[in-house]
Amino acid sequence: MAYTEDDLKKELETKEYEYGFYTDLKSETFPIGLNEDIVRAISKKKDEPEWMTNWRLEAFRIWQEMTEPEWANVHYTKPDFQAISYYSAPQTVDPNKTLDDVDPDLLAMYKKLGISVDEQKKMNNVAMDIVVDSVSVATTFKKTLGEKGIIFMSISDAIKEHPELVRKYLGTVVPQKDNFYAALNSAVFSDGSFCYIPKGVKCPMELSTYFRINQANTGQFERTLLVADEGSYVSYLEGCTAPSRDENQLHAAVVELIALDDAEIKYSTVQNWFPGNKEGKGGVYNFVTKRGICEKNAKISWTQVETGSAVTWKYPSCILKGDNSIGEFYSIAVTNNYQQADTGTKMIHLGKNTKSTIISKGISAGKSQNSYRGLVQINSRADNARNFSQCDSLLMGNDCGAHTFPYIEVKNKTAQVEHEATTSKIGEDQIFYCNQRGIDTEKAIALIVNGFSKEVLNNLPMEFAVEAQKLLEISLEGSVG
Amino acid sequence: MLKIKNLKASIEDKEILKGINLEINPGEVHAIMGPNGSGKSTLASVIAGKEEYTMTGGEILFEGEDLAELDPEERAHKGVFLSFQYPVEIPGVSVTNFMKASLNAHRKAQGLGDMPAKDLLKMIRDKSEALEIDRKFLSRSLNQGFSGGEKKRNEIFQMAMLNPKLAILDETDSGLDIDALKVVANGVNNLRSENNAVLLITHYQRLLDYIVPDFVHVIVDGKIVKSGNKELAYELEERGYDWVKPEKTV
Repeated sequence: MAYTEDDLKKELETKEYEYGFYTDLKSETFPIGLNEDIVRAISKKKDEPEWMTNWRLEAFRIWQEMTEPEWANVHYTKPDFQAISYYSAPQTVDPNKTLDDVDPDLLAMYKKLGISVDEQKKMNNVAMDIVVDSVSVATTFKKTLGEKGIIFMSISDAIKEHPELVRKYLGTVVPQKDNFYAALNSAVFSDGSFCYIPKGVKCPMELSTYFRINQANTGQFERTLLVADEGSYVSYLEGCTAPSRDENQLHAAVVELIALDDAEIKYSTVQNWFPGNKEGKGGVYNFVTKRGICEKNAKISWTQVETGSAVTWKYPSCILKGDNSIGEFYSIAVTNNYQQADTGTKMIHLGKNTKSTIISKGISAGKSQNSYRGLVQINSRADNARNFSQCDSLLMGNDCGAHTFPYIEVKNKTAQVEHEATTSKIGEDQIFYCNQRGIDTEKAIALIVNGFSKEVLNNLPMEFAVEAQKLLEISLEGSVG
Repeated sequence: MLKIKNLKASIEDKEILKGINLEINPGEVHAIMGPNGSGKSTLASVIAGKEEYTMTGGEILFEGEDLAELDPEERAHKGVFLSFQYPVEIPGVSVTNFMKASLNAHRKAQGLGDMPAKDLLKMIRDKSEALEIDRKFLSRSLNQGFSGGEKKRNEIFQMAMLNPKLAILDETDSGLDIDALKVVANGVNNLRSENNAVLLITHYQRLLDYIVPDFVHVIVDGKIVKSGNKELAYELEERGYDWVKPEKTV
C-alpha cells in the first residue's frame, strides 16, 4: 500500500515520544525517525552555534506543514521519512576490508572508467596502501587556495570558522520553505561544501569535491554553498564519474550559488548514483534543489551529466537579478532500464538585458522515462531579456519515453524567447551505416550518442568531458540488442 | 575474389533475389544494371550484410570465406565497402571524427593500434584534395544538410580512405551533375588496381562513360538475365530493358 501524507502526519504525531529525549548523543548512528529532538541532536553533534540550530528547527517546522510534490512525471513509492536515520558519523576505513569484498560488477566498471586502484579503495572505504600521494595532493591544493584567500572547506567547518559568511548567505537563494525536500535538507543536512572566492580572485584550478577528503558519505542530505564575490571566477566540479553504490535510498541535496557583481560561476556535475538493477529494483531517489543568483553582470553556468539514480527530480536554476546577468544550463540526462528522470531548469529574468541559454539533451533507452521540464520567466522589469532553449530527445528502442514540458511566462514586451525541440530515434539505418564502415554496434551507439550530446559535453572541463563520454557509453551498454 | 552462387534473399517473406550467380576477380569492374525494383540494391545490401534481408539460399564467398557467417562490420574489415544509395545522417559527428572511428576500427581488426593523429590528418587532407572536397566540409556533421552531390562525394572519399578490396557503388551516380560525376568517377578510377575490384550498380549508362566496366550484367526480377561487355550497356540505353526479359522456364 502506498504511503500517503496522512500516514506521514499520523506517524509524526504518534512517534513524537517514541524517540523523544532518548537520543543517545554518543552513538554514531541515530535511531530512525525525525522530530525536533533529532534535529537538535544533529546540530549538537556537529557542535553548531545556536543560530544554526534555530535555523534548522525553523526548517523542520516548515517541513512538517508541507507535502511531497506530485507534479513531476515520475512514479515511485514515497519514502517513509520516519524510517530513515538522519545522522550517521562518516564511515571510517575498515582495516579488514579489501577490494575482494567489493562487488565485482562495480570493480569491472571502475576498470572501464580507468580509475586507479587507490581511488577505488578510497571510494569503497578500503584502507589505502599508499596514502602519501593523496595527502600531499590535498595539502598542496589547500596551500595554493589559501594564498589567494579562497575558502574551501566542509560546510560544518565553515559554520564554525566563518559563521558571518555562512549566516549571511545560507538560505538566501533556496529558502527553507522553498520546497518539501529543501525544507527537509535545511533541517537535517549532514554535511557538504562551502566555498568563498574573494573579490577579484580567479580561482586558479577547478575546485572539486574529490579533493576534500571528508567528502565521502555526506551524500544523503548534502548542502553546498558557493559565494563568488565581486569580479571573481570559479569553476566547480561536483561528483565523480565512478558509480557510487550508495545504501541510501533517498538523496535530497541543496546547492546555493551566489554570484555577486561581475562574478562568474561554472558549476559542473556528473551524477552517477546507483540507478537500480535491470529489473528496476533498488536505486537512489535523487531529489535535488540547485539554484543560483546572479547580481549585476554576473554569470552562472550549470552543466550536468545525469546518468544515475532510479528517480531524478532536479532543476538547476538561475535567478537573473542583476542587469546584464547571464544564466546557462547545459544538460545531458540518460535513462536506461526502469530509470525515471524529470529534470530541467528555471531561468528567472528580473534584471534588464539578462540572457539565458538552455540546451537539454535527453537520451532514453530500455523502459525508462525521461522528461525535460523548464520554466523561462521574463518579469515586467526585465527589458530586452533574451532566452534561447533547445530540447532534444533521443530514443533507443520502442519501450522508452521522452517528454518535454516547457513553460514560458513573459511579462515584458521587449523579450525575445526562442524554443526549439526535436525528437529522434537511433535508427537501424544509422547503425548499419556505421557497421558497414567497420564500427561495431556498441561503438556506433557511443558515437551517435556522443554526437547528439556534443554541445553539452563541450561545456565540461576537459578531463571531466572525457570521463563523461565513457560514462555515457557504459550507461547505455546493452541497450540495443 | 567474390563468388555468388544461386543467391536467394527475401525481405518480410517477399523473395527479391531469385538465384543470382556472379563471379568477380581482382582487377575487374562489373556493372549491374536493371529496371527499378529488379533487386540491384538488394544485392548490394545482402553482400554488405544488412539485417532486414534474409538469405534463403545459395552462398556468398569472399576470398573463399562464407560472408553469411560474418557480421556487417566483419565484412567491412575483410575489405567489403558499400557506397550507400542514401547515406545516413549522424548529427554532431564530424566527417573527420567518423572517418577516424572507421579507420581505427579497421586497424584494430588487423591487430594494429590507432593511427597517429598527424598521419590521419595528412591522409584526410590528401584524399579530400584529390576529390576536390572543401576543408570546411570535413568538420561538418556527417551527411547532415549535405546536398545530394556532397553525400555521394563523401561516400567516395570514405572509400578512398579505406581502400577496400571490393567497392560496391549503389547508384552513386544518381542525382549527380556532370562535374560531380566526373569527380566520383575519378575517385573510383584511382582505386582501381589489379588487387581491387568494383561493383557498380546503376540505372544509367552515363556513369560507364567514365568508369569503363569489364563486364555488364542485367538484372530483371531477381535474376541476372544477360551478361556482356560494355557494349551491352549502350544497347540497353537504346533499347530499354524489355528485350532482355527473363526466359520463362517451363
